[in-house]
Amino acid sequence: MSIVYTSEYLEQKLKSELDAKVVKVEDMSDGCGAKFSCLVVSKKFEGMPLLARHRLVNTVLAKELETIHAFSQKSLTEEQYEKQKDSL
Amino acid sequence: MQILLKKTMYSLFRRSVIPLTRTTGLRTLCTQAVEPGSKEHIEKLVKNKQVVVFMKGTPDKPMCGFSNAVVQLMTFHGVEKYESYNVLEDDTLRQGIKAYSNWPTIPQVYMNGEFIGGCDIMLDMHKNGDLIEELGKVGIRSAVLDMEKNKE
Repeated sequence: MSIVYTSEYLEQKLKSELDAKVVKVEDMSDGCGAKFSCLVVSKKFEGMPLLARHRLVNTVLAKELETIHAFSQKSLTEEQYEKQKDSL
Repeated sequence: MQILLKKTMYSLFRRSVIPLTRTTGLRTLCTQAVEPGSKEHIEKLVKNKQVVVFMKGTPDKPMCGFSNAVVQLMTFHGVEKYESYNVLEDDTLRQGIKAYSNWPTIPQVYMNGEFIGGCDIMLDMHKNGDLIEELGKVGIRSAVLDMEKNKE
């Protein structure tokens, strides 16, 4: 029996560890906890290439991603978020 | 073609395995065989190859939406020749590639031995134009460039 993670749990973890201004995690799995899509807005992403940002998020959720098999992410700086938020 | 080749290889492998297991024992055989998930093996798969995709399913029949998206991107950019490996066929490869790339999900795209990204990154690179540049680095001219030319 694998652990089932909730969007709230993942949001909390990302928010605290990445000092994120905005975190939205959406459970796309209909509750089985294996498929998530997330948006993270953090100052920590500034000056970081996309691959490094994704790796940072993956590191924070390393344990969780062992059981979550589909994980989509959008990682933005605060500035990028302000520009894009209306189209998100 | 690739699948056919794989099948032939499997049957060849099987044929040679049976007598070997009898004479040398399974333990010896396992240590001698190339482990599909090993660092050495994966390095060989990606090294000096323009584009390699590790995915669920095959380009003809992707078994996951994210893998399908990457296949569609390749088609859109006119990348016809790329090697793909179906991780659903081999769990050691599936685990091995995650460890090799230090990346937890499938699909994974490599260009010239370098890890480029998963589905999200490929889609972002497609949207912002970086994918054209990245393909150019490995000597592939994206078909998107010709589409733009035709418009002019």
